[in-house]
Amino acid sequence: MTVDARPRVGLFVTCLVDLVRPQIGFAAVKLLEQAGCDVEVPAAQTCCGQPAWNAGADRDAIEIARNVIAAFDGFDHVVAPSGSCGGMIKRHYPEMFEKDPAWLPRARALSAKTHELLSFLVRVRGVTGVTADYARRVCYHDSCSSLREMGVKAEPRALLSTVNGLAIDELTDPQVCCGFGGLFSVKYPDISERMADDKIADACNTGAAALLGGDLGCLLHLKGRMARQGKTLEVRHVAEVLAGMGDGKALGEP
Amino acid sequence: MNVDPKAFVANARAALADPQLRPALGRLKTHFGAGRAFAVHRYGDFESLRAAGKAIRDYAVTHLDELLVTFEQSVNARGGTVHWARDAAEARRLILAILQDVGAKTVTKGKSMVTEEIRLNPFLEANGIEPVETDLGEYIIQLRDEPPSHIIAPAFHLSKEQVAETFFAAHKDLDPARSLQERNALVQEARAVLRRRFEAADAGITGANFLSAKEGAAIIVTNEGNGDLTRLLPKTHIVVTGIEKVVADMNDVAVLLRLLPRSATGQAISTYVSVMAGPRGPGETDGPENFHVVLVDNGRSRLIGTEAQDVLRCIRCSACINHCPIYGAIGGHAYGATYMGPIGAALNPGTMGVANAAHHANASTFCGRCAEVCPVMIPLPRIMRHWRAVEYGQGLAPKAITRGLALWAFAAKRPALYRLGASIAARVLKMLGRGGSVRVVPIRNGWFAVRDFPVPQGTTFQQQWRARK
Ligand code: SF4
Repeated sequence: MTVDARPRVGLFVTCLVDLVRPQIGFAAVKLLEQAGCDVEVPAAQTCCGQPAWNAGADRDAIEIARNVIAAFDGFDHVVAPSGSCGGMIKRHYPEMFEKDPAWLPRARALSAKTHELLSFLVRVRGVTGVTADYARRVCYHDSCSSLREMGVKAEPRALLSTVNGLAIDELTDPQVCCGFGGLFSVKYPDISERMADDKIADACNTGAAALLGGDLGCLLHLKGRMARQGKTLEVRHVAEVLAGMGDGKALGEP
Repeated sequence: MNVDPKAFVANARAALADPQLRPALGRLKTHFGAGRAFAVHRYGDFESLRAAGKAIRDYAVTHLDELLVTFEQSVNARGGTVHWARDAAEARRLILAILQDVGAKTVTKGKSMVTEEIRLNPFLEANGIEPVETDLGEYIIQLRDEPPSHIIAPAFHLSKEQVAETFFAAHKDLDPARSLQERNALVQEARAVLRRRFEAADAGITGANFLSAKEGAAIIVTNEGNGDLTRLLPKTHIVVTGIEKVVADMNDVAVLLRLLPRSATGQAISTYVSVMAGPRGPGETDGPENFHVVLVDNGRSRLIGTEAQDVLRCIRCSACINHCPIYGAIGGHAYGATYMGPIGAALNPGTMGVANAAHHANASTFCGRCAEVCPVMIPLPRIMRHWRAVEYGQGLAPKAITRGLALWAFAAKRPALYRLGASIAARVLKMLGRGGSVRVVPIRNGWFAVRDFPVPQGTTFQQQWRARK
């Protein structure tokens, strides 16, 4: 694999990471810099527009997407610590502008250079391991968008396996949705609750001490439900562990 | 359970609280999920087969008019008759007229979702004709006066104990002390009872999995053989099916026959494949004397040329239903419609109207598993999203959602304002946090109905990043 010298990477930090857990953003920056990238964070980004797009609010979604396209036009690569926001840009932006010849090429160009963080590290930058300690048994939750829209499955596991002291216990049903689904979790809380409970039971049954994942949305939902149930499994974004930032407070820890 | 798609939320809540339903739905994974996975794995290059299936169905959907006309001509040439029904009412009237014409009093029925869709049974009963369902699952739910909860396994929601109860209540002439504990005892009893009904029927009604235009044939697949007894024993056979089931010829059918059972149950081929082409010919020893096909539109043709057109490719295999986590949580009855799960969510808003079936399109996380397993590659989440956009565009979406989104979008389009808002929100949420969680006690719906919100770190990434620079 040829790896170009110091590419300019635009970090799409995601609205949830920005608001709830900036540490994930800093972990991503650290991993990207370790992989030889120059990282920049355009101030003009807000959100990828997925909440509006999934709700059918096309006009709003399209306007937000235009902002994102303009903010990230000039980078060699765009990387998001989230399969969901990455998938939105990569899979759905070209769909959004299907009938807009002026914007379609720009949407396609952005799509082509947008990556989920871990797949970027492994596939584009050729990273094969990290230097980090995290002495726990963990299970890994594949978010649906990472899995199906971005095809990320092997990469987080490959990198986690190089973390000192870490062991992975696989979930029984890793391909089943956790019930987050953005506004779905707000519109249909009872159904979402059942799905979360099944996922949490699956995670607890593995005997792992921590649940890791690559999408903060799923993690907020699962951790929020665990808190309501009084369950104490540690929940973290995988980037924190890989960047050696796994000893700080976990998600929702006082 | 309420047979009303608008009652989805209440129905779903009732389903989640039903202790019988949960173990029943747990069987989806073992009965169908694992079977499909193994069949796909054993087949090898399943993706090529899917692509072939998609192409066949795509051709059919885009040439529906020609193919249907060819089909009608071929059926006529074999001495059968084709009837066209624009909607459910017309379909019911046409079927009744055929039955009255031959003086039918009792009708045996093979499995047909379209006759569920057009609510045929209550209509026939009201007109003095007795319909008898002969597919085991359909028979059970007919006795219980329930609609199907699954496309290929209509009684999937029931335990064998519930089925035994149903049989004890319905088969009053049998020994009340008999044992119905074993699955096999249930099957044998249904067989014995249904055997008498088959012999007495004046007419038989089946659905069709496919229609072959060139040969003028209707094809059904069954695992119980009841389809053959339904079509062969009575003098009159009526096929009731949707217009979209037609394909060009038997070569196309052959490809789809490899996809359907593998996707549905994980079988390489179903136990019976019946090809029904016209009435009994001269010198033939079996078959009906009269052969009718009722082609039902009922909203389907409206989808052609729209963003939902691809949904017409569906071959009703149920793979999307079997792999849907929403269906897996609430079952089929909650949908209050004939087609449930992802296919219902993509189809119903088109055929029933978005205002009626909006919940179906909304009750999805877009996890994408349905599209991943669909044998004819229907982009189900994309079509559901299309219905959401129609709903939103027509001002039908819930006001709480549209207002919240509008406010959020206003900020999201203005980065400076958004950054300010986010930094305030992060601080406020952090202040509200107790023990690591934000738990808004007065709010008892939406997010906070079932979960807390993990407390934010307090300053946004953007703030910290700009400070670091
Ligand atoms: S939508 Fe696809 S997976 Fe679902 S029933 Fe139809 S053909 Fe099968």
